Amino acid sequence: MKGLPPVLITALVLVAGFALCALQFPNIASTRVVGNLLTDNAFLGIVATGMTFVIISGGIDLSVGSVIGFTTVFVALAIERWGVPPLVAFVAIIVLSAAFGAAMGAIIHVFDLPPFIVTLAGMFLARGASFLLSTESVPITAPVYSTVSDFALRMPGGGRLTTIAIIMLAIVIGGVLLLRLTRFGANVYALGGGRATASLMGVAVGKMTVKVYMLSSVLAGLAGIVFSFYTSAGYSLSAVGVELDSIAAVVIGGTLLTGGQGSVIGTFLGVLIQGMIQTYINFDGTLSSWWTKIATGVLLFAFIALQQGLVALARRPVAKRAGAVS
Amino acid sequence: MENSLDPAPCLLEARGISKSFGAVRALQEVDFTLRPGEIHALLGENGAGKSTLIKVITGVFPRDAGVVRLGGEEVAPRSAKAALQAGIATVYQEVNLLPNLSVAQNLFLDRQPMRFGIVREGEMRRRAKALLTEFGLDIDVAAPLGNYSVAVQHVTAIARAVDLSARVLILDEPTASLDRHEVEILFGIMRQLAKRGIGIVFVSHFLDQVYEISDCITVLRNGRLVGERETASLPRLELIRMMLGRELAETTSARAAVGEHKVREICASFENYGKAGYVAPFNLELRRGEVVGLAGLLGSGRTETARLVFGAERADGGQARVEGASVRLQSPRDGVRHGFGYCPEERKTDGIVAELTVRENIVLALQAKRGLHRPLSRREQDEIARRYVKMLDIRPPDAERPVGLLSGGNQQKVLLARWLATSPRLLVLDEPTRGIDVGAHAEIIRLIRELCDDGLALLVISSELDEIVTYSDRVVVLRDRAHVEELSGEAIDVTNILAAIAADGAAMQEARA
Repeated sequence: MKGLPPVLITALVLVAGFALCALQFPNIASTRVVGNLLTDNAFLGIVATGMTFVIISGGIDLSVGSVIGFTTVFVALAIERWGVPPLVAFVAIIVLSAAFGAAMGAIIHVFDLPPFIVTLAGMFLARGASFLLSTESVPITAPVYSTVSDFALRMPGGGRLTTIAIIMLAIVIGGVLLLRLTRFGANVYALGGGRATASLMGVAVGKMTVKVYMLSSVLAGLAGIVFSFYTSAGYSLSAVGVELDSIAAVVIGGTLLTGGQGSVIGTFLGVLIQGMIQTYINFDGTLSSWWTKIATGVLLFAFIALQQGLVALARRPVAKRAGAVS
Repeated sequence: MENSLDPAPCLLEARGISKSFGAVRALQEVDFTLRPGEIHALLGENGAGKSTLIKVITGVFPRDAGVVRLGGEEVAPRSAKAALQAGIATVYQEVNLLPNLSVAQNLFLDRQPMRFGIVREGEMRRRAKALLTEFGLDIDVAAPLGNYSVAVQHVTAIARAVDLSARVLILDEPTASLDRHEVEILFGIMRQLAKRGIGIVFVSHFLDQVYEISDCITVLRNGRLVGERETASLPRLELIRMMLGRELAETTSARAAVGEHKVREICASFENYGKAGYVAPFNLELRRGEVVGLAGLLGSGRTETARLVFGAERADGGQARVEGASVRLQSPRDGVRHGFGYCPEERKTDGIVAELTVRENIVLALQAKRGLHRPLSRREQDEIARRYVKMLDIRPPDAERPVGLLSGGNQQKVLLARWLATSPRLLVLDEPTRGIDVGAHAEIIRLIRELCDDGLALLVISSELDEIVTYSDRVVVLRDRAHVEELSGEAIDVTNILAAIAADGAAMQEARA
C-alpha cells in the first residue's frame, strides 16, 4: 500500500544517477550543489506533494501551473502596485487558492465530471486571469524579499539551505505525515481504491474530494509564493507546464497514475531526479537544456512500464490461502 | 426453532414487497421473514428476484410497495450505507472492500482508533488481529487486502460487518469463488455468528451447501414468493420443483402437435466436446428444423455449453462438425462464419446496444459478417429492418427508435432479428423469455416454433421447464457441469426432467435419512 518497492527503485535510480554524475563531475557531490538543487526545485517539490495526494485519490490536477503563475502576478501586483503588506497578500492568495481548489473539487463531485476536464478548465481560467491582471513581468522590490533571499542555513561544505528550500522540506515532511498517519491520508488511499466502495464503507467521498483539490491548490498557491521569492518577480507566463513536471515527478516516484498507491517520499525523490538531470546538464555545459525533458520522458516510460509489471504481478493473489487456519 | 413457520420473534420482516422496472415486475407481493440466530437460504433461478429483494431491503433500490421491519421497527434505508447503520450488512460475491488498503485499514476505515488526530496504527492492527482471530484467521493485517485470497477477503468483509454491530448479515453467493476447504471455514463462521443471535440470509445456487448450512429456505420464482419451508423437512426434488416447475398437472399436455418423427439432416454435431473445469465433454447433434432444449439448474453448465457451441469459449478437446465437415470454433467470429447465431442471457449488457436504433441493431451482425469494406447501403438497411420489424411484429413498428426504449420482449425480438438477418443455420438462445411479460412469452415461443419449421436448428436454454417441454424436440439435462440425460419424444415432460436434475440429490436425501 505504501508503494515501497517502486519507491526503493526510485531511490536506487537517484543514487545510481548521482554516483554517475559524481564520477564525471566530482564537484557535483557537494552540499553546495545539493543546496542549489533544493532551492531551484523548491516550488516543484511543494506542488508535486499536493499532486501526490490528488493522484493517489484517483484524480489529477492540471491547474497547478496556472495557479502558480496567477499567484506570482497577484502577489507582485498586490505588494508593488496596491501597497498591500506582503504577509496580507500571502494570506489572501492562499485563501483564494483554497476557494479555487474547493470549487474544482465540488464540481468534480457534484456533477460527477472527470477531474481531467474540470482542472483543465481551471488551468485556462487561472492562466487567463493572470493575463488579465498583467501581461508584463512585475519585479518585486519589497524588503522582505531580499531578507528572505539572504537568509540561509549554512551546511557543512559551504552549501546554503535557503528559506524556500526549508519551506519545501517542511511541506514534504508534513505531506508524508498527513498521508501516512491521519484518517485523511487513509481516506485518500480509500478514494483511489474505488470511490463507490469507499462511499459504501462510510468515507464521506464528496467532502474528501473537495479537501483533496483544496490541498493541491493551496500548495500550488504556496509554490507560487515560493516561486516569486525565487525569481523576485511576478509574471503571467511563469510556471507554464509545471503541472506536467509535477505529474512526472509523482509517477517517477512510484505513485500509480490510476490511484490507490503511492507516497510523498517517492514524489520528493522524483523531484530530486529531475533536478539532478538538470544539474548534470548545467555541469556539462554543451548539452541543450531540452535534454532534461528527453531524460524525464525516458524515465517516465521506464517507470510506467515498471508499474504495469508490478500491477500485473499484484493481480495474482500471492498469499493464496495464507493464514486460512481454523 | 421447532417449526420455522411459527410466529417466532422476527428479526427482519419484509411484507408485501413489490418492485417494477419499467414494464417488468421484478417482485410482486413478496414476504420474507428472518428470525434471530437463523441461517435462511434465499433460493431461485436467475431473474427470480433474489438480488432485487436484497437490494430493496438494503435500500439500494427504492421499493414500490411493502414494509420492512427490523426488530419490530419499520426501517426504510435509502442506501446501503444507511442499511449498514441500521444493522443490515450485505457481503456480495465481489467483495466490496479496498484491495489497495491494508487489512487493518479495511476493517477500521473511517473509524480508526485516534490520538491527537493521528491514527494509532499499532492499536488498530492489534484490534484487527484480535477481531480476525475470532474468525479463525491469523494473517498479517498490515499487508494489503489484495494480497490475500477471495476467501480471506470475504471473511474480512464479514468481520467488518459484524464489528459494525450488524444484526442481519446478507451473504450473496459467498461461496461461488471458494474451494471446499474455504467453504468449511466460512460455514463455521456462519454457525458461530448465528449462535450469537445474528440472522443470516444465505443466497446460493449450490443446493448441497444450502442443505448443509441452512435452517430454512425461501424460494422465489418469477418475482413471486413460492414458499418458505424448513430445510430438514423439504426433499430436494420438492425444492427443485419449487424453483423450476409449476404444478405438474398443468404442463404435460402442452406439446401435442410437436414431434412428428422424420429423420432430419444433421446441421452441426459435437463429439466429446468440452473444456476442463467448464463443461465435461459431451456429444450433441443439432438437426435442421429441430429445437434442442438445455435444462438444468443455474450453474449446471447450460450457458457454458452454449458458449462452447458458438465459439465464445474455446473447447480443449473433441470434434465439432458443421454439415459433416470438421471445423474449429475458436472465437465468436468462427461461429458467425459457420452460420451460428447466439442471443445471450444478459440482453442489456451482452446483446443489444441500447443507444442505437432498431435498424442499426438489426444490421449489426450482418455488417460484421460482411466486413467493413462492404458496407450495407442505407436502402438495404432500411429494407432489412422493415422486413424483420414486420416479420417479428416488433412494436412500435418504428425502425428508427433507440432499442433502449423498447420493452423487454421487443428487445429480444430485435436481437433475434439481428441473427436472422445473417441467415444462420443454427441459433442459440439463452433464456429467450427472461424478464419478458407473459404475453410476449407466448409470442417468443411461437416464433421459436416457426423458425424451426423454416428449417433452422435451434438450441434453447431456459429455466422454465414448462416452456422447454412445449417447444423442444429433444431435451438435454445438465447437472454439475455435465450432460447427464437426453430426453426425446414422449419422454419429454416436466417430471422426467426434474427427476434427471435431482437424481443425485434424491440419492443423497435417502442416504441421509
